[in-house]
Amino acid sequence: MRKEIPFLISALTAMFAVLAFFIPHKPFGGLQQKMLVWYSVVTGVAMLIGVESLLNNHYKRIRRRENILYSSFLIFGFLITFVLGVYSIRKYGDAFAPNSPFMFIFNYAEVPLQSTMFALLAFFIASAAYRAMKIRTVEASLLLAAAVIVMLGRVPAGAQLWSGMPKFAEWIMEIPNLAAQRGILIGVALGSVGMSLRIILGIEKPYLR
Amino acid sequence: MFGVLMAIILSLNVQVFDTPNDDGTSITIKLPWQTGRYKSFSIYRGTSPDNLKLVQNFVVGETYKDRGLKPGAEYYYKIVAHTKDGKTEETDVIGPVKTVATWFNKNRFGILVSIIILGGLFVYFIEKARSGAELFIRKISGLEAIDDAVGRAAELGKPIVYIPGLLGINSIPTIASLSILRKVAKKAAEYEVDLIMPNADPMVMTTAQEVVKEAYLDAGRPDIYNPNNIYYLTSDQFGYTAGVDGILIREKPGAVFLQGYFYAESLILAETAHSIGAIQIAGTTSTTQLPFFVAACDYTLIGEEMLAASAYLSKDPVTLGSLKAEDYAKALIIIFLIVAILSKVIGFFDFTRLLIAK
Amino acid sequence: MNKLGKILSNINRQVIYLLVFLVVALPMILGIKAKVTVTEPVRKAYEFIDSLPPGSFILIGIDYGPSTFPEMNPMLYALLRHAFKKNLKVGILALQNAVNIPIGSQVLRAVAKEYGKKYGIDYVNLGYKPGWDAVIVSIGREIRDVFPEDAFGTPLDSLPITRNIHNYDDIALVIDLASGGTWASWIQFAQARFGVPVIIGVTAVMGPESYPYLQSGQIKGLIAGLKGAAEYETLIHHPYLGVRGMPAQSGVHILIILLIFVGNIGYLLQKRSKT
Repeated sequence: MRKEIPFLISALTAMFAVLAFFIPHKPFGGLQQKMLVWYSVVTGVAMLIGVESLLNNHYKRIRRRENILYSSFLIFGFLITFVLGVYSIRKYGDAFAPNSPFMFIFNYAEVPLQSTMFALLAFFIASAAYRAMKIRTVEASLLLAAAVIVMLGRVPAGAQLWSGMPKFAEWIMEIPNLAAQRGILIGVALGSVGMSLRIILGIEKPYLR
Repeated sequence: MFGVLMAIILSLNVQVFDTPNDDGTSITIKLPWQTGRYKSFSIYRGTSPDNLKLVQNFVVGETYKDRGLKPGAEYYYKIVAHTKDGKTEETDVIGPVKTVATWFNKNRFGILVSIIILGGLFVYFIEKARSGAELFIRKISGLEAIDDAVGRAAELGKPIVYIPGLLGINSIPTIASLSILRKVAKKAAEYEVDLIMPNADPMVMTTAQEVVKEAYLDAGRPDIYNPNNIYYLTSDQFGYTAGVDGILIREKPGAVFLQGYFYAESLILAETAHSIGAIQIAGTTSTTQLPFFVAACDYTLIGEEMLAASAYLSKDPVTLGSLKAEDYAKALIIIFLIVAILSKVIGFFDFTRLLIAK
Repeated sequence: MNKLGKILSNINRQVIYLLVFLVVALPMILGIKAKVTVTEPVRKAYEFIDSLPPGSFILIGIDYGPSTFPEMNPMLYALLRHAFKKNLKVGILALQNAVNIPIGSQVLRAVAKEYGKKYGIDYVNLGYKPGWDAVIVSIGREIRDVFPEDAFGTPLDSLPITRNIHNYDDIALVIDLASGGTWASWIQFAQARFGVPVIIGVTAVMGPESYPYLQSGQIKGLIAGLKGAAEYETLIHHPYLGVRGMPAQSGVHILIILLIFVGNIGYLLQKRSKT
């Protein structure tokens, strides 16, 4: 029964979801919406499991004297954010109130840290492009040429080099690039349908033992 | 006289009818907006002709949908149009209009036909595979390289890091990633290599723990399974990226698997893994991140190659049959596209109307 | 030749990172200016918003976080300035994450102050609601089903701006500024099912993914990346963060192209000396 009941739940849920797509009449019509709400509730509760796992993991590492500094910093950061969040809700009614200590951490720690991580992309793109874009084959050369044209066309400097550069770059983005993307997307969509059917029919059960 | 004439013209141009293909809770009102004569409309509704109340003011546009109605009930309407020169024109009471809940959304007929054809192909090829027919699948070098990657990590005495992407267990790329994880974990168990898997979603973490435990059991090495190696980091995109980068630099794995759905962090992870000299096998269905993986990683599974992994790796006839069905479905789509494009070019019929779901 | 090829093919990554840093920082420090050419997707977005009658209500989804706010905030500034100049009514909400709303509301407050706009009359903050697709579909029925109050707990019926707003029939335009997947949901549910016009603003890397929707007419305009923001600022004649970032962006693109050429010269020299 340990395998049959979960499979039955997933098969029935899938069947109702498909019916709800085609049948507007009650009780099927609003079913999709209800299921999305239930899913939000389940993921919210699952977050508690995740937080427990994270804290437990790092607590065990501190006890084993493994990476004490990193694990202590993580637990300290979690506690400070949690305490200040609760305090902000009690004092200001909302953790995201403009003058709250929680917003202070958000504006002066979270935002700069996140922006910094994203900014790393600029450096990594430069090193990855330098390393990978070699004219080894005809296809690689075409890729290189397209990349150079699009990079120039997307900045004012390209328009100054040649007035038609932005339009040419846009043409590359809208025609050959889109054609390739659509081809991949059709394949992915079919692959997703295949995978979904395999899960609904019980042929594939990655979530079960 | 002129006012009466305009009211008659307005009445002739307003249409009120039950919204087709819905659950019977709305009525559609078509308004003569395109004449350019009107600034806005006011809609009055009631359950009897002498009990009309204002429902909505300042309505603009060609269509107004009156929602939240009772299925099977009858309603009466009056439309008051406000002209651009400050006058008002009224229709007579229109109705009764009855709300009807439909049992089948006719706009989605094309989708139903597509599902039936696709489903039929699946059943046919799965039965064909079950009956023992040989089904050819081309070589996918990224999946063939899994054994070599794990072997390399074993030789170097280094762990493997498996990164399942950012999405939750409800997403298809994540489920496909778990299929690949099963194979990687089994090989890691055979070679006694540590498998480290940081997760961005708690449900993916719990499922992954089960998958890896099963894989170690299959390999006959449940004793070396360590659940602490599969843990939740954070759901925040760049918090996760920073955490994983830290793990890569500290643990210095021999092989890194990036299998799942990624956003902007893909290149940061791939470049960091490259900088520590690890072999990388990536796979994603995200078309925006594929170029970065192709540039930075040793092997990349492109789009549906990743979704085909479970069938490819298990060599199970039934799942291989479903792959074959996908291929034939793709062939049908190509034929349909050619026919539809030619048809539209010569002005015969617009096939795309059949497939847009409303 | 082989030695030169080896040097050119193996430039230390730290040198590359230093060059990138200099090329980005120097134009900003020196205040170099750049002329911006406007492309069709952004022009379409601008023209659609410009065609809306004064008093129309537009809904803006703030679906980007701290990591992408340097790229997306300039778009929000430009859109809000255009909207307030046209006396449009603006509502903001967030579907992706609760932390996105403070980012958007800070910008909204600042721009509203510039144009003398009042909260509750000219703009409103609906706050964050989880559920993503479910929320978008629910707004199509009645917005009060998911947002009975604004972000500060005031019922929508009490605010002049939202008193007559019930569903997409009362919303002239939805703009989603997204760094994740919410833009696809707005198109799939709001535009396809309810017919409300949609404009999207996305990060530069997501721009190509969104082109099919512009081509098919499912979106009325597309603003991609910092360049998109710079183009919009040019159209509203209010250069700000987008335009300011263009010289740095130009510099980095040219640097990357030069690095690619140098790498290829090194590769060809090494190949030639091997043969």
